[in-house]
Amino acid sequence: MSAAVLKIAGLGKAFREYRMEWQRMAGWFGGKTKAASETWVLRDVSFQVFAGESVGIIGQNGAGKSTLLKLVTGTLRPTEGSIAVAGRIGAILELGMGFNPDLTGRQNARYTAGLMGMSPEEIDAVMPGVEEFAEIGEYFDEPLRTYSSGMQVRVAFSVVTALRPEILIIDEALSVGDAYFSHKSMARIREFRKQGTTLLFVSHDPGAIQSLCDRAILLERGKLLMDGNPSEVMDYYNALISEKENKTVEVRHLDSGKAQTSSGNRAAVVETIGLFNAAGEPVEFVNVGEPVELRVRTRVNAAVPRMVFGYMIKDRLGQPIFGTNTHHTRQAMENLREGQVVEYRIAFPMNLGPGSYSVSTAISSTETHLIDNYEWRDLALLFTVANQSRDFFVGSAWVPPVIEIQCDR
Amino acid sequence: MLLAIWHYRHFILTSIRNDLRTRFARSKLGATWMILQPLAMCAIYAVVLGRVLGTKLPDTTNKYAYVIYLLAGLLGWTLFSEMITRCLTIFVDNASLLKKMVFPRICLPLIVSGSSLLNSLFLLLATLGIFIAIGSYPNWMWLWLPVLTAVTVLFGLALGLILGVLNVFVRDVAQVMGVLLQLWFWVTPIVYAINILPGNFALVLRLNPMYAICSSYQQVLVWGHPPHFKTLGVIVALSLVLLAIGMGLFRRASPDMVDVL
Repeated sequence: MSAAVLKIAGLGKAFREYRMEWQRMAGWFGGKTKAASETWVLRDVSFQVFAGESVGIIGQNGAGKSTLLKLVTGTLRPTEGSIAVAGRIGAILELGMGFNPDLTGRQNARYTAGLMGMSPEEIDAVMPGVEEFAEIGEYFDEPLRTYSSGMQVRVAFSVVTALRPEILIIDEALSVGDAYFSHKSMARIREFRKQGTTLLFVSHDPGAIQSLCDRAILLERGKLLMDGNPSEVMDYYNALISEKENKTVEVRHLDSGKAQTSSGNRAAVVETIGLFNAAGEPVEFVNVGEPVELRVRTRVNAAVPRMVFGYMIKDRLGQPIFGTNTHHTRQAMENLREGQVVEYRIAFPMNLGPGSYSVSTAISSTETHLIDNYEWRDLALLFTVANQSRDFFVGSAWVPPVIEIQCDR
Repeated sequence: MLLAIWHYRHFILTSIRNDLRTRFARSKLGATWMILQPLAMCAIYAVVLGRVLGTKLPDTTNKYAYVIYLLAGLLGWTLFSEMITRCLTIFVDNASLLKKMVFPRICLPLIVSGSSLLNSLFLLLATLGIFIAIGSYPNWMWLWLPVLTAVTVLFGLALGLILGVLNVFVRDVAQVMGVLLQLWFWVTPIVYAINILPGNFALVLRLNPMYAICSSYQQVLVWGHPPHFKTLGVIVALSLVLLAIGMGLFRRASPDMVDVL
C-alpha cells in the first residue's frame, strides 16, 4: 500500500436552521449567533483511504453516506474536521449531473467535461470515446429530455470516466442502468482499479460491494460504526437491519480469523449444525457433486406461534450462492412449546465449484428475518469444496456438461 | 480565483453559447425574442405616450426624436434589468449543478454577464438599424456605447451578485425585486424627460444610479453629446464598492450555499 490519497479526520457536517436568516449572515462576518436548530448528519468520522484501495460505504437511508461523498467531492463543505485529497476526483453523485434537458447528449457531455475542467482540446480528444462507451446511438444528438433515466446514466458515467480519475466516487447511480450497461461500467471500474484508481462506492447492493470493494465502511446515524472486510461489514449490516428494536448484535471472532455475527431475540436458536456425507460421517471437505446432508438442531427457548428455518450458502466473498427456507418449501412449524427441539436434515448434491463456503442460518416466524427475528447467524458453518474426481472447471457452480462435437472432414 | 476563472475560460464561453442555443431550442423565433420584446415595449410607449399624451422633448428637431429617446434609455435599462433578474436566481436555478459538480462557482455570474452582453449587442444592432432607418445617422459619439455598456454590466453584476447570494437564503428577495424593478423603471427617466418633473423631485431622482446610466445613453444617442464623465465616474466607483461587497458576501456565503439549496 502506498500513501493515503484520502485522509478524513474528525469530519462532521451540520445543517443549521436559523430563526432569522440574517443571523446566519451575521455568522459569515464573525458575528456570534446561535442556530435555532442544528442537525448533525455526520460526526466524528475519521478514516484513510490508500492509493488503489476500493472502499464500499454502506448504511441505511439517512446514515450520511451521500453527505460523506458530497463532502469528499467538495460540493458540500465540512462544518468541522478536515478532508485531504490527493489527486483528481471523478464523481457521479445521484442522477443527472445537472444536465440541461434542452441540449443534446453530445452538448451536455461537452458541457460536463468543461465543468470538470477539461480544455477544449481534451474534450475533443475524449468525445469519440464517450459516444462509443455510452452506446446510445442516434440519441446522442437528441435533446436530453427525450432520454430515459438509464440513458442519462450512460452519458453521465461515460463522461465522468472518460479520463481515468485518481479517485472515483460513485453514489448508487449505476443501479439505475440496465444490466448490460452496469456490467460494462463495472468492467471499466475494474480496469481503472488495475491501473491504480481509488474507488469510493455507495450501494445498497451487497453483491456489488463484495465483488468490487476490498474494504467496507458502515455508517449509522452519521457515525462510523465499522470499518473492515466487506463480507464482515455486510453481515453486521444485515444483522443491524434486523435489529431495529435495538436487540443485541454479537460479533464473535472464529479461530479462522473471520468474524461471526449473530442477532435475534433468541426465542429459538441453532444448537448444533454440521455437514454429513452419504455414509453419515461429518465432513469439512466435500468433493464436487458429492451428495451431502446439512443437519441442524434447533431449540425453542420460548413458545412461538410459527417457526421458519432458513439457510444460505455463501462463497468466500460473502455473495449468496443458494438459500431458501421452510416457508418457501411449505414446511413451517406451528405452535411450538418452550424447550422443544426441532431437527432439520437438508439433503442436496454439492454442485458447487471448488472453494471455501459458509452457511448462514436464520430462524424467524415468516419468510423474512425482518419480522420476529428469533436468531440470525452468519458463518454458522464453514466448509470447503474440492475437485477430486471431475474434469477441470472454473466457477462457483458445478453444471456438468455433455459436449458433442461435429466436424466436417 | 482569477486563476480558476482563467482555467475555466473555455467552459464559460461554451456555457454562453449553450445559453443562446437553449433559447433557440424551444421557441420558433428563438433568440429574436430578446430583441423583439424591448422593441415591442418601445413601440407601445411610443404610441401611448408619444401620440396620446403628446410627450415632446425639448431641443430636438427630428420628428422621431421621442422614439430615439425611448430606444436610447431602454438600451441601458434592458441590459441592467436582465443582469439583475438573472443574477437574482442564478444560484437557485443552478441548484442541481451546484449540488452535483465541483467547479468555481464564480463562473456562474460571469456566464450571465457574458450572455446578457451578447443579448444587449443584438439589441444594440437592431436599435442602431432603426436609428439609421429613421434618419439618425452614425456619429463619433456612438463610440461611447461600449464604455456605457461596460459600466452598465459592471453595475448590474455588482448589485446582482449581492442580491443573488441573498436570494439563496431569503427567497423573498426575488419577489421583492420583481416589484422594485418595476418601480425603479418608472423613477428612471426613460419614457419621460427629467425636465417635466417638479424641481425638488428631479433633484432626488438624480441620486438614482440608473438615471446616470440611462441619461448617458440618451446624451450620446439623442443629443450627440459625450456623457457626463463625473456622474459616470461616480457610478463606476459605486459599482466597484458594491462588487467588493458582493464578492465578500459571496466568499463568506459559499460554504453555506449548497446546504440550503
